[in-house]
This record gives sequence, C-alpha cells and structure tokens, in this order.
Amino acid sequence: MNYHWNWHIFFEPNPTGAGTYLDMLLSGLWLTIETSICAWVIALIFGSVVGVMRTLPSKAASWFGFAYVEFFRNMPLLVQIFLWFFVLPELLPHAWGLWLKQLPYAPFYTAAIGIGLFMSARVAEQVRASIGALPRGQKQAATALGLTTAQTYTYVLLPIAYRIILPPLTSEFLNTIKNTAVAITIGLLELTGEARSMQEFSFQVFEAFTAATVMYLLINIVVVTAMRIVERRVAIPGYIAGK
Amino acid sequence: MIEINHVSKWYGPLFQALKDCTTSVARGEVVVVCGPSGSGKSTLIKCVNALEPFQQGKIIIDGISLTDPKTNLPKLRARVGMVFQHFELFPHLRIIDNLCLAQEKVLGRSHDEAAAKAMKLLERVGLTTHARKYPAELSGGQQQRVAIARALAMDPIAMLFDEPTSALDPEMISEVLDVMVDLAREGMTMMVVTHEMGFASKVAHRVIFMDQGEIVEDTPKADFFGKPRSDRAQKFLSKILSH
Repeated sequence: MNYHWNWHIFFEPNPTGAGTYLDMLLSGLWLTIETSICAWVIALIFGSVVGVMRTLPSKAASWFGFAYVEFFRNMPLLVQIFLWFFVLPELLPHAWGLWLKQLPYAPFYTAAIGIGLFMSARVAEQVRASIGALPRGQKQAATALGLTTAQTYTYVLLPIAYRIILPPLTSEFLNTIKNTAVAITIGLLELTGEARSMQEFSFQVFEAFTAATVMYLLINIVVVTAMRIVERRVAIPGYIAGK
Repeated sequence: MIEINHVSKWYGPLFQALKDCTTSVARGEVVVVCGPSGSGKSTLIKCVNALEPFQQGKIIIDGISLTDPKTNLPKLRARVGMVFQHFELFPHLRIIDNLCLAQEKVLGRSHDEAAAKAMKLLERVGLTTHARKYPAELSGGQQQRVAIARALAMDPIAMLFDEPTSALDPEMISEVLDVMVDLAREGMTMMVVTHEMGFASKVAHRVIFMDQGEIVEDTPKADFFGKPRSDRAQKFLSKILSH
C-alpha cells in the first residue's frame, strides 16, 4: 500500500478558508454534541411519557403507547430520517411543505427530532419494564396514602424506576450519540460528515477517520463517567449501585 | 364507620374471590379477620380502601360510598390508614420523608409541620434515631413500625392492617403487635387481617372468619374462641393453635 501518512494535515488550512482541518472536525464534533443532546432530551421526555402510558390501566393509553413504540422501533433509523426529511414535506399541504423545505438548519432539526423519536421508543420500553418490575405494593401503598395517580408516578414509582434503568439508559445515550452519524445522509455536517469532507479535500482518509474515532470515544468516555457519577449520587440502600 | 354490604368480587369471569360479604366495623371497634390463605381476607380489606375494585355490593366509610362516582377516592383513602404485609416503605426516601410525603402532597401541610408530626410518631414507635436512614437500613419489624407511623401521620379515622406480621421473624412480631395493641386501647377503629390469635384475644371486639370468599363467622371474640359455630372455623383454629 502506497499510503502517504501525514499527521500534520490537521494543522493545515482547510479549503473553505475558515481555519484548519482540525477546526473543521471540531465544528463537526460540536454539531454532533448539540444534535445528540437535543435528540436525547426528546428521547427521554417522549420515552418517559409513552413508557408510563403503557403501564396505566387505561386501555386507550396503553394501546397508544404500544402503537407508538412499534411504529418507531420497527423501522430502520435511516428510513425514518428519510421519511421526515424527504417525504413529510411532500405529504403536507403545499405551503407547509415549502416552509419546511426552506427552514434554516432543517437537517439539524430533522436529525434531532428523528433520532430523538427513534430512541424514545427504546427509552419507553425500559421505563415500562422498570415500572412493571416494581413491587405492586408500592403503587398500592402510595394510592392508600391518598396520592393521585400522577403523584404516585412522580414521587414514588418513577424515582425508583429511573434509578433501576440508569445503566441501560447510559447505553441508550451512547447509542443516540453514535446514531447522529446517520444525519450525514441529509447533509448535516456533524463529526462523521466533516471527517468525510476532510477525506475528500485532503485524501488523508485514515487520519480523518482516526481523529473522528478518537473524538467519538472522548465524548462517550465523558458520558459514561458522568452517568457513573449520577448513578453513585442517586444510589439508595438496597437497590442497584446501593449498598 | 365501615359498612360492607353484600360485596362480591370476581377475578376474571370464573373465579369469585368474594361471595356476598356483609359486615361492619363500628367506631372504636377492633375487628380481626382470619381464615386460611386464599379465603379472600386480603382482598376484602383491599376493597375497603378501594385498592381492589369489586363488581357487586356497596362499601360505605364514614357515610361515604366507595362506588359513588362523585366520591373523591384519593381524599377518602387519605383518611383511612393502611398497613401492608411487606411494609411498602418507599425505598428512595429517608424514613422521615416517607412519613412527610403524603402529609405534604395530600394534606397540604408545610414541611415543618409534617416533619414535627413525623418525629412525634417516630417517637411513639420508638424509632426517632432512625429518622435519617433509608428503609433498607432497618429491620423488618422496624420497617413495619415506620409503616404504621406513616399511616398514622395522616390522622386516619380508621386503620386497616393486611397481615402486618406475616413477613416478620418471630422475635420482631411482638414489637409490631405492641404498637397495634396500644393503638387499639386508645380507641382506634381497626380492621386487622392476621393469624395472630394472641392479638385477637387480647384486643379484638369481634372476629370474622372467612373461607373460600365467604364470611363464615362474624362473632364477638368470646364466642369465637369459646365455641365457633362452624366446622371450618373449628378446624382452622385447631390447626393454628395446635403448636
């Protein structure tokens, strides 16, 4: 193989005229972080609501939860992103579709919402499983004290349920970060996107993707460490991570 | 205080858990419910707090019908204390917060007021030094005493006990029964599902014997221990009193 290694490439100016190749990758890194956080917030909120709905006695609520989860988890993420980005504007009334297409940062919003909803189905299943695994008496005890259903979930069931699923939620957060790479297909210049353009401009494919790999690894180490600190801080005796 | 009129309950279309049960508990009365396992005694006491739905009959607490659609169930439940077989303390809350939660969220007491009340009740059950601990750090007997204190913190008009000592080691049973005996002597209205015949003979006014979802006997204590009228009650008594 005749590959010409050049690790100095990162400090050479990039063809856009705005800084070095490293700056290019860093801007991609930043966009990856922004997209991941937005997607994760959406996943947590929607996942929690839907997960809770699936545990309610109401038939309608649990049916809606079931349909939601099956819809979002049974389609490949890439297909979902394409649906939101290319198909949705065509299905809407003309004026709305046009507005959507001309929206600034459309790839960013599409990625954040699309990945967020995709991940929310997974979060929902974990929340549901966790609530379902709690002793039935916990809900009865809270109810017997006069707490309403909403209060029972807020003050009793969810605080325990979230503690139990913190380790798998960490994995889902990492998945969310890695899934943002899919957004390259709708033109979002996140980390993978920037690494690819660096490769195209400089032909230094190995350096570009090595750097991208290291950056993904760094974000994930930060997330894993942060989540472990959270786990330790909310640990309760007798439960996971507790004594 | 508690009136149970012709209550029937089915689990699914086939299994009838309660068959036309009728009884009552007067103000200040202590009624012990006993019977073999699967006889419906726990189901009956859970129906009294509307934790289990029933299909036929009526339960009236302090003049308010449980089945009346206008009844505010959470509000009614808050006035009836309930103690469970497995304690059901909230594992993520310290002992003091277990006692404060419903006082604040349901009764609207200030935190200071609730905490003062909680400490007074913890003193009563002899656990003030454990106020800052988590439930898992206490023994079973201590947890059950906390659970009784938690129910009392709501200033209940009646207390329901669902096999409060069945999950305890023999040496811890007496510390829980002592608290219950004191409560009975102070004139608390109590409905107690238990196999502790010593407790029944000490403080109960009436004993209800259930078998296969039916109330077989409902007699003053002296009659029950003197000469139960039914064969089934006699057999039951001879079995549990033989050791």
